[in-house]
Amino acid sequence: MWKWLHPYAKSESTYKLCQTLLPWFSLSAGITLTIGIIWGLMFAPADYQQGDSFRIIYIHVPSAITSMSAYAAMALAAVIGLVWQIRTAYMAMIAIAPVGAMMTFIALFTGAAWGKPMWGTWWVWDARLTSELVLLFLYLGVISLYKSFDDKIQAGKAAGVMSIVGVINLPIIHYSVEWWNTLHQGATISKFSKPSIAPEMFWPLMLNLLAAVLLIGAITLKRLQNELLRREIHRPWAVKTLLKEGKG
Amino acid sequence: MTAMLMAIFKRDLALAIRQRAELLQPMMFFVLVISLFPLGVGPGPETLQKIGPGVIWVAAILSSLLGMERLFRDDFQDGTLEQLMLSGAPMPLVCVVKVLVHWLVSIFPLILLSPLLGVFLNLNLAMYWALLATLLVGTPLLSLVGAVAVGLTVGLQKGGVLLALLLLPVFVPLLIFATAAVDAASLQLPYTAHLGLIGAMLLLAFALAPVAIAYALKVSQS
Repeated sequence: MWKWLHPYAKSESTYKLCQTLLPWFSLSAGITLTIGIIWGLMFAPADYQQGDSFRIIYIHVPSAITSMSAYAAMALAAVIGLVWQIRTAYMAMIAIAPVGAMMTFIALFTGAAWGKPMWGTWWVWDARLTSELVLLFLYLGVISLYKSFDDKIQAGKAAGVMSIVGVINLPIIHYSVEWWNTLHQGATISKFSKPSIAPEMFWPLMLNLLAAVLLIGAITLKRLQNELLRREIHRPWAVKTLLKEGKG
Repeated sequence: MTAMLMAIFKRDLALAIRQRAELLQPMMFFVLVISLFPLGVGPGPETLQKIGPGVIWVAAILSSLLGMERLFRDDFQDGTLEQLMLSGAPMPLVCVVKVLVHWLVSIFPLILLSPLLGVFLNLNLAMYWALLATLLVGTPLLSLVGAVAVGLTVGLQKGGVLLALLLLPVFVPLLIFATAAVDAASLQLPYTAHLGLIGAMLLLAFALAPVAIAYALKVSQS
């Protein structure tokens, strides 16, 4: 059932797969991102309450959603690596990690920038903000654990275990934080519960979400390729690829 | 097999007790950190009572991190761990025994110290019982989950700060539930639900962590 996975244990075939997928991902990411951002920032109607400052939603929400999906993807890659002993899965895992961390940071940053005009403060210890912050720490933990090892095979396994620990914890963290907040204060979150969004705003948001997913895919593929080349630099296929691309 | 686990238990306990100075340091750190807070935020009894549970728990987490490093370090360095793995012993069970000994010698004393700290931070009796209950249920969770990260970082020379970086975010739910329980107790509310949630996390960790620790040690050993 999982046999289709096996060829990609070979780094060369994974590299080729990335090579095939990359143009599609980057092209569609470019197109959706351009259209989505222009549509959202210029043509979508302004919010009747929040005016133009709500437009940051077109960056904030996609990055917040994808920051969590990227963590799930990272943990999935770690599980594949652990269960099927596929080395390239660990490389995929570590290729996603900084991209996910960046998305988390963007979500936090835009959230703060949005919070300032709306709530009058850069930061509140709201449940969602807090769990996003913890998510960032989890990403940083996985990345720095990976960086601490000199032996990258060992590093991949160790970071894999840590990302699985994190993914088991994420729902617990999410609910505990939500509960903690409602225990202590409550009122601030209600501003967050969105009214059902108007279709003129919904579609650019969806487009931007798609763009964020494609963008993460594209960057991850490129990073994975680089990682593969860096790790296999002594292999003939890597040398050949580098020479060919150097000429082209 | 039980005999072997018992032997490991006794050996680890004996080793730990002979390194008393190292065991005392996290405890002193625990008391010191907590006594800094009244100096920092002012000695008002009401303030102290309000921040008390959080301060005690944060200090407990930090000082358990300090002591955690030595959980596998010596056995890793002198090769005992490798021999244990080669002996065909069921590593998850061995890890449970090691974590148990570690909890007994380096975290249980913190719990014994907690009445003193309750007095320091002006906790009332209801709060103190809640604190004691959360510490009793919550600290084994600290040790179990912490041991996974210790297993992963044991081969690294600069493991200390990394360990904190890896573990502190993971301990967020425990901190929240534990302090919420003590807060509830301070308002004379029931706190069994919080305690139950910590217990559930402990059981989950007890089911998963031993396997993860054993795997982590295997990764570190390679």
